[in-house]
Amino acid sequence: MSDRNRAFGFSRRQVVRGLLASSAFGLTAKFGTGCAQSPSTGGDAAADGAAPEELVVGFIYVGPKDDYGYNQAHAEGAAAMVANVPGIRLVEEANVPETTAVAETMRSMIEIDGAKVLFPTSFGYFDPHILNMAKEFPDVQFLHAGGLYQEGVHPNNVGSYFGYIDEAQYVAGVVAGRMSKSGKLGFVAAKPIPQVLRNVNSFTLGARSVNPAATTQVIFTGEWAEPVKEAEATNSMADQGIEVITCHVDSPKVVIETAEKRGVYTSGYHADQSSLAPKGYLTGAEWDWSSIYTKLGQDFMAGKTLMAGDIPHILRGGLADNFCKLSPYGPAVTDEAKADGDAAAAGIKSGDLVIYKGPLKTNTGDEVLPADKEMKTNNVELEKMDYFVEGVIGSVS
Amino acid sequence: MASTTAWRRFAQRPLRESLESIALPIGAVLAALVIFGVFCALAGANPLAVYGSIYKAAFGSWSAWQNTLIRASPLMLTALCTALPARLGLVIIGNEGALVVGGLAAVLVGLGLGGTLPGGLVLLAMALGSLVAGGLWIMAAGALRHYRGVNETISSLLLNYIAIALMNHLVQGPLRDPAFVSKPSSYEIDPSAWLGTLPDTRVHWGLIYGLVASALAYILIQRTTFGFAARTAGGNVRAARIAGLPVGKLTLAVCFLAGSCAGLAGMVEVAAVQKRLNESIVSNYGYAGILVAFVARHNPLATVLVSVLLGGILAAGGILQRSHNLPDATVLVFQGIVFLCVLYSESLYGRFAFFQEREVEAEGAVVAG
Repeated sequence: MSDRNRAFGFSRRQVVRGLLASSAFGLTAKFGTGCAQSPSTGGDAAADGAAPEELVVGFIYVGPKDDYGYNQAHAEGAAAMVANVPGIRLVEEANVPETTAVAETMRSMIEIDGAKVLFPTSFGYFDPHILNMAKEFPDVQFLHAGGLYQEGVHPNNVGSYFGYIDEAQYVAGVVAGRMSKSGKLGFVAAKPIPQVLRNVNSFTLGARSVNPAATTQVIFTGEWAEPVKEAEATNSMADQGIEVITCHVDSPKVVIETAEKRGVYTSGYHADQSSLAPKGYLTGAEWDWSSIYTKLGQDFMAGKTLMAGDIPHILRGGLADNFCKLSPYGPAVTDEAKADGDAAAAGIKSGDLVIYKGPLKTNTGDEVLPADKEMKTNNVELEKMDYFVEGVIGSVS
Repeated sequence: MASTTAWRRFAQRPLRESLESIALPIGAVLAALVIFGVFCALAGANPLAVYGSIYKAAFGSWSAWQNTLIRASPLMLTALCTALPARLGLVIIGNEGALVVGGLAAVLVGLGLGGTLPGGLVLLAMALGSLVAGGLWIMAAGALRHYRGVNETISSLLLNYIAIALMNHLVQGPLRDPAFVSKPSSYEIDPSAWLGTLPDTRVHWGLIYGLVASALAYILIQRTTFGFAARTAGGNVRAARIAGLPVGKLTLAVCFLAGSCAGLAGMVEVAAVQKRLNESIVSNYGYAGILVAFVARHNPLATVLVSVLLGGILAAGGILQRSHNLPDATVLVFQGIVFLCVLYSESLYGRFAFFQEREVEAEGAVVAG
């Protein structure tokens, strides 16, 4: 005679424990987000209707806003836009999957909150979800991080923006190359797509500009968020005697923390992770969405729109245009490394330093560029990258 | 024995017990709301305002209803993948894998035939492909169970990872559309083979698929000899064998049907939502389906209601973040509390004197239930 309770594998004790855990979570969630509570927006702010001159801007993230990575970089940028530009009200939603859920979130932000500008930040939101919504709501502007906009193909109220963050990775590579005695560097990468390969290559070229013998060991985890494999990769790199580890995954938290525990230097990505590795954090390639979003916010408030053509449909830039930046140098970084890093950053900003210049070979021996050729940062060939440069240990497939 | 369902009790039992089977789930949801209200108050939000927002965002208007139904429709199909084998006594949790394989088959068929045949025929072929692929996928777990004695829960769980890896391999290799640079995806299926929305709504046809599949599953399990045989085998497999029931065939057939349902959900996701195959199809509809099936006590009609409830909770998730500054995990907490309360309420059947008929036989019915 099995009672119904047991048939489902839950004993009363387990249920009570579950309820206690839920309540405990409530308490911790309160502590965790206590500082983020803003008393001004509560209750039925949405239904009350907005003040006439207020512009509602919606941000949508694929993961949590405090992931020390991709989503946090955007969320910090959004917060900066609201802080710097008066008259903007921010509505945000985190953990929205790339399914009909994001379409419903966009619709709800437009219809219920009255959003006129949306920043759905995850790459996979663009096609088909943003494109569908943009056709349905032609007076709402949709801005997407990723550079997918095609003139004439996509709706006029869609724009895309993206940064050449590999410039910052180059500078981080210079610092890493200087700080490593053996020249053995490591890169934990998610997927072998052009943007990731370019970061690996730029990091390696930066390191080899100061230490021609430097090598970068690459390990692909296969997924954007795969904490277990990221930790395994970091540990195996530490076992191999690799001295500086960086990464390109959605949240670098696991890589940075694991490396710090192993006493290995780290270089961050997406956002500032120095608090996770107070000893070994050297620097990092960060997005500078604060500056870009503030600029865009000012444009919106000045009445500029994508539809009128006041705001370009494709916004791109690197270090010089404040699309990306470097984390402040950590305590371990020597003055010599700082000087080299600063010089490289200055060279990139002024345009004197070109990262991809000949002679340049892939790590399988094929020629990328002959001695007299170079590819500047905005060269579209770089966005189709499908190779590793000499000095990278690993295979793109 | 969990095989008798609320619906059967509802149909066959006296009034007071019918009331019980309605009052307990409602009471459970109300209890969950109270507990969740405490959580919201702790997190600094006014519980009553939060309830109002949840209602408005999930069921408060036709637009909100559509939002809820869009989220509910894949869950109806994936829930059947767990609910049907459960009647046979099998715990299958390979819903996510069957959905992915179904989506993969649909894309292969759609890319192969799209543009050459009329859209309706292509869609039919895609649906058939996904039914067969998803069905075979879960049938594999059933076959391992029947012929080799491999635990079906573990094998179906592991099949999820294989399905996702297979999908990733194909969209990063042979199927990859080079024009889709930064996110490995298959080519897009021909627009003639896209699954549209129901007239005057933004709800796609997947909802109808889900409702029809649930109704068919209900009739099959509750109203046919096949279903009776399956339930008998689920009740006592030895007795079923002695009675001459073909337990092996039943296992394979039920697992096939279960997998087909989840596979069809994959086809809908591809044909109505993504239009191409990539990792966005792995979005936990399968795992949510397991939850729905257990809360619905594996009754194919109750899964529809629970799917709508869960769809509504998910639809309200955004407003909790946006209007009340609650953390994004709040909706998960709410979902967890509701389902724990509903599951806990299972243990209360027969405990309240009010719901007992005065005759002795009613007590006997509960014990046998």
